[in-house]
Amino acid sequence: MTDKYAQLVHHGVGRNVAKRLGLPQPAVLRRYQPGQPLITGPVLVQGNTAEADNLAAELLSWDLDVRRHAVPREKLGAIILALDEVAGPGDLEKPILTAAASLRDLAPGGRVVTVSRPASEADSPAAAAARQGIDGFLRSLAKELRGGATGNGIVLREGVQATSASSLAALRFFLSGRSAYVDGQFINVSSTSGEPARDVDQPLAGKIAVVTGAARGIGAAIARTLHRDGATLILVDVPAAGDQLAAVANEVRGTALQLDISRDDAGQRIIGHAAQRHGRLDIMVHNAGITRDKLLANMDHSKWSSVISINITAQLRINEALLASEHFRESPRIVSVASTSGIAGNRGQTNYAASKAGVMGMVTASAPLLASHGGSINAVAPGFIETEMTARIPFAVREIGRRLNSLQQGGTPTDVAETIAFLASDAAAGINGQVLRVCGQNMVGA
Amino acid sequence: MSTDGQSTAGPEEARSLAAGTTDLRRAVIVGGNRIPFARAGSAYAKSSNLDMLTAALDGLIARFGLQDERIGEVAAGAVLKHSRDFNLTREAVLGSALSAETPAYDLQQACATGLETVVGLANKIKLGQIDSAVAGGVDSASDAPVVVSEGLRDVILDLSRAKTLPQRLQILSRLRPKDLAPLAPGTAEPRTGLSMGEHQALTTAQWKISREAQDELAYNSHRNLAAAYESGFFDDLLTPYRGLARDGNLRADTSLEKLATLKPVFGKNLGADATMTAGNSTPLTDGASTVLLASETWADAHDLPKLAAVVDAEAAAVDFVHGKDGLLMAPVFAVPRLLVRQGLTLADIDFFEIHEAFAATVLSTLAAWEDEEFGRTRLGLEGAFGSVDRSRLNVNGSSLAAGHPFAATGGRIVASLAKQLHAKGRTDGRPARGLVSVCAAGGQGVVAILESL
Repeated sequence: MTDKYAQLVHHGVGRNVAKRLGLPQPAVLRRYQPGQPLITGPVLVQGNTAEADNLAAELLSWDLDVRRHAVPREKLGAIILALDEVAGPGDLEKPILTAAASLRDLAPGGRVVTVSRPASEADSPAAAAARQGIDGFLRSLAKELRGGATGNGIVLREGVQATSASSLAALRFFLSGRSAYVDGQFINVSSTSGEPARDVDQPLAGKIAVVTGAARGIGAAIARTLHRDGATLILVDVPAAGDQLAAVANEVRGTALQLDISRDDAGQRIIGHAAQRHGRLDIMVHNAGITRDKLLANMDHSKWSSVISINITAQLRINEALLASEHFRESPRIVSVASTSGIAGNRGQTNYAASKAGVMGMVTASAPLLASHGGSINAVAPGFIETEMTARIPFAVREIGRRLNSLQQGGTPTDVAETIAFLASDAAAGINGQVLRVCGQNMVGA
Repeated sequence: MSTDGQSTAGPEEARSLAAGTTDLRRAVIVGGNRIPFARAGSAYAKSSNLDMLTAALDGLIARFGLQDERIGEVAAGAVLKHSRDFNLTREAVLGSALSAETPAYDLQQACATGLETVVGLANKIKLGQIDSAVAGGVDSASDAPVVVSEGLRDVILDLSRAKTLPQRLQILSRLRPKDLAPLAPGTAEPRTGLSMGEHQALTTAQWKISREAQDELAYNSHRNLAAAYESGFFDDLLTPYRGLARDGNLRADTSLEKLATLKPVFGKNLGADATMTAGNSTPLTDGASTVLLASETWADAHDLPKLAAVVDAEAAAVDFVHGKDGLLMAPVFAVPRLLVRQGLTLADIDFFEIHEAFAATVLSTLAAWEDEEFGRTRLGLEGAFGSVDRSRLNVNGSSLAAGHPFAATGGRIVASLAKQLHAKGRTDGRPARGLVSVCAAGGQGVVAILESL
């Protein structure tokens, strides 16, 4: 599971050789550790909008070193680019080129975050062109950044302020090491819902969370991350994985629930366990999933149906049970694990991609149902993540998978877990029905 | 009352205690966890008793979120036990996720070890001495202790006491080649030299238990256990271990025809009357089990389920040495005593868990209870003790299918029965009662009554 190449090109001879040959030199990403500063170095807030002023004031209250104008040759931790008032394509140039002058001063592991409004049918064509233009701009910029720096955007629905709880939560997420492997992505904030975390290092304190597929890999990382963030955990996996599940449960001080999620009564059993032990359930993380890869010409019933059944049908059925339960009513959160395969497709994965795209459809349609209880449902779509599963991919294919993204490396299970923890937090309540990619800006797909 | 038999009447105080007229608390079964049982020499061949007991305990901790919890007391034991495991249960606690401040003790009562840990700890809870407990048991027939001969042991011990070289040489000269052969643990009864199977063969012949009846019981055991697995019954009773997710001995596809083809292995001197085969006898098995017990208050405070209460228990022993009763027939006496004390009859029991040491053990027990003369002369009753409704017997399979790691069987039965009773009680809207009966080496037996909550 270790990326030997990345280790090699960080030191001595390996570094020199890679440099001379123009080989990729993946950076060591800045990853979150509890108690560490949100970001090191000053944060430059660019753009002459009211929201830019509001954000700068807010960031000051976070004890950050905030700049409204660049100081030449001062290393910057982050650049926040407020583009929320652009009315036509011509309005993009000034703020963007002003920010461009500071790009060379962005420190390794730095951040660029745009703040904008969504293009919609209600806009004038020119305004929509400008707003949509930000999309292409940011995604291209993210591909130009080096040294583990990332570029992401926050898109605020009309009427939602940049200083709303979820906008600030998204900004905090993007600035922090929690978003290390999220690159070239936008988070849409659709409502003013959300409670700022009382303790930013324990954003899930007091929450009861279920994680499926928690015995190993990404599921185990989700369990550890939610535990670190203060949640009390119920860990679910198939009975056959019970020994690994028990080990993770004992590590994170949670309970192990051995359960095949494709059983008809899985939702009832999850709710029953949560109600018995904790009186309620706050967070449901649908992580369990399987692959049964085959070219479609060779696909059979069992390979197709098992993937659909576990990856999407089970989630639908469990969600139905949860939404019908009085124990899942207080700002409930659901986070599902989708996949970039569900966005871009993948040869040999017609069944898997159908199931994962299905998850995204489910998330979109379920968002209003959750919103009616003050809750939310979102998905994360991991790209190439270093797990036991990807370690079994043949070497050449694996190397391509690893390098074909803006960060030139695979992500870790914890990178996926960090994004899930963020979406599960109350501060993120205004983010609903979204799919957020954790892929290092993979070249394939969107 | 017969003077020859074992009276079923108990002392008056005991009756009032059991009836709850003194202020005893309830001891409840919260749940259990075991590792799948493996045939000796298979999946757990390289696992020690300590490994397996710790794994079973860690699975229990994970199931109920008991990490760092200080449990009132943990009691477990093993029948085949290394001398190095003098503090087996405490060592398992120290190796587990429980608080290191959890006390523990070992207990040993042959195959009744597991059930006796439940009974003893439940009694402590009832008395208010502890609020929570874990009962358990483990056995490895694969990792059995091998000991040196008495001759070699004698020489080694004398050597350690010798002071001079000549003394040492003189002691060493006593060694003979035969002293160097190691001794494997025997399964024979020390006082009769007969193995447990040979003892049961005598009882089987005495009660005229047919081969067909034994095979049918074995078949039902496998069928019931397989069905329980299919229905997900064991999802919250078992945690996989070393690649095994189900009991290794389970033959879901066995048939009466297949069982009928097996050759007798015990009582072969009985000729045509030899009926006991490898199919209707339990194999040597490795495994471990645990049961979480608590007072109602403790269970409520920890938001834990209360499946069933441990109502009462009884131990009995028989004089098998002089052939008065069969080696494994002690429960035949214990159960009537227990039921009479509780004012119950066999008809009041919803589920029977009679440990299948051998199919014939169960059938001999049932036959003795249905026998008029035995009831009168040996149980001190007016006639036969009664019949067991077979549809209520070992409904989720028993030792013939699951296997029988001696000390682990009690915990397996108690946790499964408590879950079964709880579901039955919910369905029927009235408390369901279960009876556990475990026979043991040395002519002993321990039986207990559980009642659903």
